[in-house]
Amino acid sequence: MTAETLLIRGGTLIDVTGTRSGDIAVVGGLVADASAAPSSARVIDASGCVVSTGLVDLHAHLGEPGDEAVETMTSGGRAAVLGGFTTVLAMPDTMPTVDTAAVVEHIRSLAQSALCHVEVAGCITVGRAGAHLAPLGELANAGVRFITDCGSGVQNPLLMRRALEYSRPFELTIAQPADCIELSADGQMHEGEWSSRLGLPGAPAEAEEIMVMRDIALARLTGARLHFQTLSTAGSFAIVAAAQRSGVPVTSEVASHHLRLADADLASYDTRRKVEPPLRDRSDVQAAVEAVADTRVDCIVSDHTPQSTDRKERPFDHAEAGSVGLETALAVALTQNISIEHVLRAMSWRPAELLGLGTPEQRTITPGARADITIINPQESFTVSTSSSATTGTNSAFEGEELRGRVRATIVDGHVVVDGYEVTR
Amino acid sequence: MNHLLSIDELSEADLREVLRITPSFAEVAQRRIAKVPALRGQTVALLFYEDSTRTRLSFEVAAKRLSADTLNVSVSTSSVNKGESLRDTAETIEAMGIDAVVVRHRSSGVPSQLTKWVDAAVINAGDGWHQHPTQALLDCFTLQQQLGDLAGSHIVMVGDIKHSRVARSDVTALTMLGAEVTLVAPPTLLPPAVHTWTARTSHDLDQTLASADAVYLLRMQSERQNEALIPDLREYTTLYGLTAERAARLDAKVPILHPGPMNRGVEIAADVPNLDQVVVVDQVRNGVAVRMAVLFLLLGSSTVDLPVESHSPEPRVAIS
Repeated sequence: MTAETLLIRGGTLIDVTGTRSGDIAVVGGLVADASAAPSSARVIDASGCVVSTGLVDLHAHLGEPGDEAVETMTSGGRAAVLGGFTTVLAMPDTMPTVDTAAVVEHIRSLAQSALCHVEVAGCITVGRAGAHLAPLGELANAGVRFITDCGSGVQNPLLMRRALEYSRPFELTIAQPADCIELSADGQMHEGEWSSRLGLPGAPAEAEEIMVMRDIALARLTGARLHFQTLSTAGSFAIVAAAQRSGVPVTSEVASHHLRLADADLASYDTRRKVEPPLRDRSDVQAAVEAVADTRVDCIVSDHTPQSTDRKERPFDHAEAGSVGLETALAVALTQNISIEHVLRAMSWRPAELLGLGTPEQRTITPGARADITIINPQESFTVSTSSSATTGTNSAFEGEELRGRVRATIVDGHVVVDGYEVTR
Repeated sequence: MNHLLSIDELSEADLREVLRITPSFAEVAQRRIAKVPALRGQTVALLFYEDSTRTRLSFEVAAKRLSADTLNVSVSTSSVNKGESLRDTAETIEAMGIDAVVVRHRSSGVPSQLTKWVDAAVINAGDGWHQHPTQALLDCFTLQQQLGDLAGSHIVMVGDIKHSRVARSDVTALTMLGAEVTLVAPPTLLPPAVHTWTARTSHDLDQTLASADAVYLLRMQSERQNEALIPDLREYTTLYGLTAERAARLDAKVPILHPGPMNRGVEIAADVPNLDQVVVVDQVRNGVAVRMAVLFLLLGSSTVDLPVESHSPEPRVAIS
């Protein structure tokens, strides 16, 4: 399929180089000057909208291979582009897990059916079992840039040290969900006033913060690149910021639901809001929003974790954790009144930079850049309903909520895949 | 009031109403034929995911004294462990055409979750560590029998508060009635945010008992020592048990309560339960009357042959 020739007119252009109004063209899959568009070019009216470099999600579970009944590359890819994402980093907790080059290649071939670009994350240990290092050199040669054991992460400090040390020559980023599982024990929600009231075992903020401190120390020891996944407590944001100031090569992300929902929102035991790490105190939610706004946190991620209804309609302590998020992450951030420049930094060019997508010039919407573009109407509201969403997951923590900020069009490699708020192919 | 899920969801007026009408139902038990037709034609399902003979029997007797039909649904714990959908179970029961579900479950929140899937009234008979509202109602009723108006009285609750649905229910209910509650436990057996509760806390049982108007002992489970919450049961008994010496120092008018079943020799010394001031049997007896009152308030107003409002001053309790 040949790329379309497009003229995107009347929008506000925002990328890492700044904010300005203007028109741009897309020719041959690349961004071009508006004057390069022939009169036959398809015109996309972006008036009232923001035209941004495409959104990049560093954290999504896409189901395939292994959990196709819940999500496929096709359905997950549709959800991604509806949420404005042009690139998604697929987590390696698939079946089989991503611990060989062969599985990386298999996932790349499955991802041909996705409307967005799919990058593949690898495991740190074989089978995510926390015992033996995965062949990190082989994974790096297959194009993997992020490795993570997801879920509980690497608990053993010696193994974590080895992973950080060994991975250095391959310029891999070691990504870690910070949770000291012996301290969070069987915590079902954040430990605090609400866990005390609801009678559920709590996981204290300190279970996350202890692991953040440990891994910062190991990153300092080894000089390797460390990325914290889905941080959720005020303490974690502060500890990471202090480490960054002292020159430790550490970056971090926050899941969109932690920007809006708190433990008090579990009062009716709604299992769709059971997530890992758990929804925290209202003060942590406030701290998360501030950390995005003052750039202490690098990225906002969807932490898209589709589940089937039967895995959620269980007693709270037996229900699976996770919420879908690809179609709502951007809107959640905008609804929380974070400025659009800060939201786009955290959802577009900063994650693109961490993933090493293209050169700095290519991560813009200036002539010559790859035409991965997201067009956002910041004022358009919608009500979240998984029954009318693209994802096959039925578990949205935001079901029934009205959110503001909607993706009007998404362009992947010069192809318009979303237009008029709908998938066009 | 459509359901009884948690004492937190009750108003003070609701609570006082239950306690006010309970004596009428207690009186029914004294009759030669201990049965009234208040809920004739209605069906109450007893959905017990966790064994609890005494609570289940209490609800069953309460429903039968009101002439309701009862349906015992025992759900094997194995199907829960296999992750059986809560919704499937709820919809199955609903399809049988029932008016109320009395539910006991080892997981907190299950009664609240059920209300999303069934139209019937849901009564929480104990969920995880969360709530056991009819226990709180029968405890309040029993304490009122012993002490009169609870305003200003000092109730001392001792034991594993952290894992106790009884404590979560009773603290709120007793405070609503004006009582002052002190929770006595080692710090590891108090909830993490107990400072947000309407009770004081203490780690000194002897000092606290000196000003107690009533003592409430909670069941201490031996698993707690495996979780490093206490060193061992012997030390627990020494520091927090109602030993014979401590019981002897109590005024004979101070009632001693326990939700049962008691661990003699752990939270309560072997012979203490035989003292006259131990009102455990009153608690069990009052449990039936309070549960009749709850069933009547939730289901009574829809009964065609019983022309009373759910908050009518005198429920009709004529001999059938």
